[in-house]
Amino acid sequence: MTGWLFALVQTLCVVLFAPFLAGWVKWIKCKLQNRQGPAPWQPYRDLWRLSKKQVVLADVASPIFRAAPYIVFGATVVAASVLPIVSTQLPTAALADVIVLVGIFALTRFFLALAGMDVGTSFGGMGSSREVTLSSLAEPALLMTFFTLAMTVSSTNLSSAVAYLSQAHFTLAPSLIFSFMALLLVAVAETGRIPIDNPATHLELTMIHEAMILEYSGRHLLLMEWAAMLKLTLYSILIVNLIVPWGISLTLEPQAIALATVSVLGKLLVLGVLLAVSETSQAKMRLFRAPQYLGMAFILSLLGMMSHIILEVR
Amino acid sequence: MTKSVHQGQLESPVVDSIPALLNEAGVPTTEMSTVKGAARVLSVDSRFWAKAAAVMAENYVRWAAVWGEHASPDVLVKAVFAARDGHVLLCTSVQETGGALPSQTPFFPAANRPERTLQDMFGIRFADHPDQRRWLRHLAWSEDQFPLRKEFPLAGTPQRDTPPDCEYTFIPAEGEGLYEIPVGPVHAGIIEPGHFRFSAMGEDILNLEQHLGYVHKGIEKCAEGRDVQGLLRLAARVSGDSTVTHSWAACQACENAVGLTVPDRALAIRAILSERERIANHMGDIGACCNDVGFAFALVQFGRLRELWQRDSATVFGHRFMMDVVTVGGVTRDISPEHVALLQKAIVQLRKELNELIPMLCEYPSLQDRFRTTGILSPHVARTIGALGYVARASHEGWDMRRDAAYAPYQGVTVTVPTCKDGDTACRVRVRADELFVSLDLLDHFLSTLPAGKINAPFQPPQTACCGLGLVEGWRGETIAYVHLDKNGTVARYFPRDASWLNWPALEALIGGVIVPDFPLCNKSVNGSYSGHDV
Repeated sequence: MTGWLFALVQTLCVVLFAPFLAGWVKWIKCKLQNRQGPAPWQPYRDLWRLSKKQVVLADVASPIFRAAPYIVFGATVVAASVLPIVSTQLPTAALADVIVLVGIFALTRFFLALAGMDVGTSFGGMGSSREVTLSSLAEPALLMTFFTLAMTVSSTNLSSAVAYLSQAHFTLAPSLIFSFMALLLVAVAETGRIPIDNPATHLELTMIHEAMILEYSGRHLLLMEWAAMLKLTLYSILIVNLIVPWGISLTLEPQAIALATVSVLGKLLVLGVLLAVSETSQAKMRLFRAPQYLGMAFILSLLGMMSHIILEVR
Repeated sequence: MTKSVHQGQLESPVVDSIPALLNEAGVPTTEMSTVKGAARVLSVDSRFWAKAAAVMAENYVRWAAVWGEHASPDVLVKAVFAARDGHVLLCTSVQETGGALPSQTPFFPAANRPERTLQDMFGIRFADHPDQRRWLRHLAWSEDQFPLRKEFPLAGTPQRDTPPDCEYTFIPAEGEGLYEIPVGPVHAGIIEPGHFRFSAMGEDILNLEQHLGYVHKGIEKCAEGRDVQGLLRLAARVSGDSTVTHSWAACQACENAVGLTVPDRALAIRAILSERERIANHMGDIGACCNDVGFAFALVQFGRLRELWQRDSATVFGHRFMMDVVTVGGVTRDISPEHVALLQKAIVQLRKELNELIPMLCEYPSLQDRFRTTGILSPHVARTIGALGYVARASHEGWDMRRDAAYAPYQGVTVTVPTCKDGDTACRVRVRADELFVSLDLLDHFLSTLPAGKINAPFQPPQTACCGLGLVEGWRGETIAYVHLDKNGTVARYFPRDASWLNWPALEALIGGVIVPDFPLCNKSVNGSYSGHDV
């Protein structure tokens, strides 16, 4: 029972923390550009503002358009609940393994793309088309990465995987190095960051994620924005807990949990700084360069799988 | 990368040979001196209007502008052509009712929109114009009203609501998988309004059509009946980022018309203003181009440099954009010795910063990967459509009046004109960067050799009606102003021609083969003025 209660509280905390991480990355980016920048908690103010705004709907909007924000946000929250964040003793982890996790993200994307096309504006359609094109290239790479991981730890359950990695002797396994490199590339693409997409752009013709949610307003936009921030946070947690899992609690003891919370927060903030540095130091890629980038991710994940089979299977 | 060879120009003849060329080809011309200014004025019969253009086109003369003037029962039509070392003004007249002129568009694509504007504004016809659609006329006035005719009231006859503009027919996109993307006139960012219609196949743009005119302010009509000072207030506001350029061109036109000699010190100060305007705008553009590919670092750096630069302008000239400083007969503000020192210090500082920034940007891989080969305007196309300024120079067409047809105070000053060959976005950014250094050198020169003396000569209203032409190389390129003053000194006609009239079509021409998400970058690299075009 404690476990379930813990999972509930943890999910709630992650959902509430997500806007801060997005604001943190933005704040660091501003500092790197010698700008004052809005405070890291600015996204909370933005969400609060959106919550008070009226919803404006197109005449031609179908129920899908209205339902999509709830589905997208709900599915992302479900994803947040199955991720081992501060403890691997997570009863909810049994609900969904990594493959289901990829499926949940695919579900949100499916409804995002549908919503983008629903009201029939050309920008929404373009955004959906780009999103689907890119994710059809990103998903195989992500799955391949998870397969390699699953073969190493003999489980597709994320909690067991993280527990295994944090307990195992530190080895530079080539399969995991390749896989994690692929994971980083995919995470940047999937969360719509530079060099694939620019979350700060106002240019309708260049947008991917923003183009799909261009027609949303009020609480619908709030949910869409929040879901995007949550997705960024989830990918960040996935990265820090798989690549540097040390510090995560293997039990539900309060002390261990407290220590693990501090360590994961620290790791997330450092990752945020790294993301900000990477985003500041490069321009956005040409759209047709993105398939090459994701092809690179796939090749890395494939290399990971192959080196696992060739070098590490005994 | 940058060289100073400019093909189109070398092949074009000198101004003095043009009357003979026209006469040999069977176009009888008469030398006139009605319009005072740097251009050679030739009058031709309206029957030879297109023939004259054909001769010009054969000899690689560049088409620059056309405008009309209502003098009931006629409409006087004037066109400017640019030869290697100066300009020719061709004049003719047609009857206001049922009058028709042969179109010059078949020989000069650049004449397309200006001629359609003449049809909209004066009701004269260009009989064989290949495109008979309206251009600047939106639905605020009806098809049989011609705003620039003298009898049309200044306030117009507006309806309570302007009907929606649904009838304008764009070239239809037809075929399997082809679709149209309408963009604007309201955009997501804070920019001026303009409509773009793309025909696209997936992400590839097959065709772009612009529909402009949303910021038509009626400047030409408003100017009529004003005194010269009132005209200058208007000219400064044709396009805010080119306020010095348009003011100077309008002043030059007025001064040429009445034969007023401007003191040397005032001319030098005008050049200082103009070069400062060029530097501020080029810095803003380079930063904005980088921002359009998600490289915000450069936007912030250039934004900072531009802001510091404009604050100096505010300190010395009282206005960040230096609006209303250029006036007829001179300038309104003198530069004190302390301010000369301040400006010189700013130049040293800016040059130092640019020397760090520009080489970095020109070699930055992820940035150059986006810039290079994006939006190529070939030299041939640039010449055909008569592109101007940095757009032309990036495509190896090095027109620059400060060097080719130098006006005071550029006479005797060496002006380097940087050009590039490839015509892509990287070149358009590169040319701007190179021009920054050229302008800094020019500023150094004008500040260190600032002549003593008065900054203003008194303007005496003319005793008789007179016309003048102003030709100035603005930061966007060649800028033209025509002013007709009545005998009591009020304005009878004012026509400003911003370089954007010729650079907007360049954007249409360079967009073929570009992908949809690269359009904003191409648009920014050309940076036509909506306001300057729509007047």
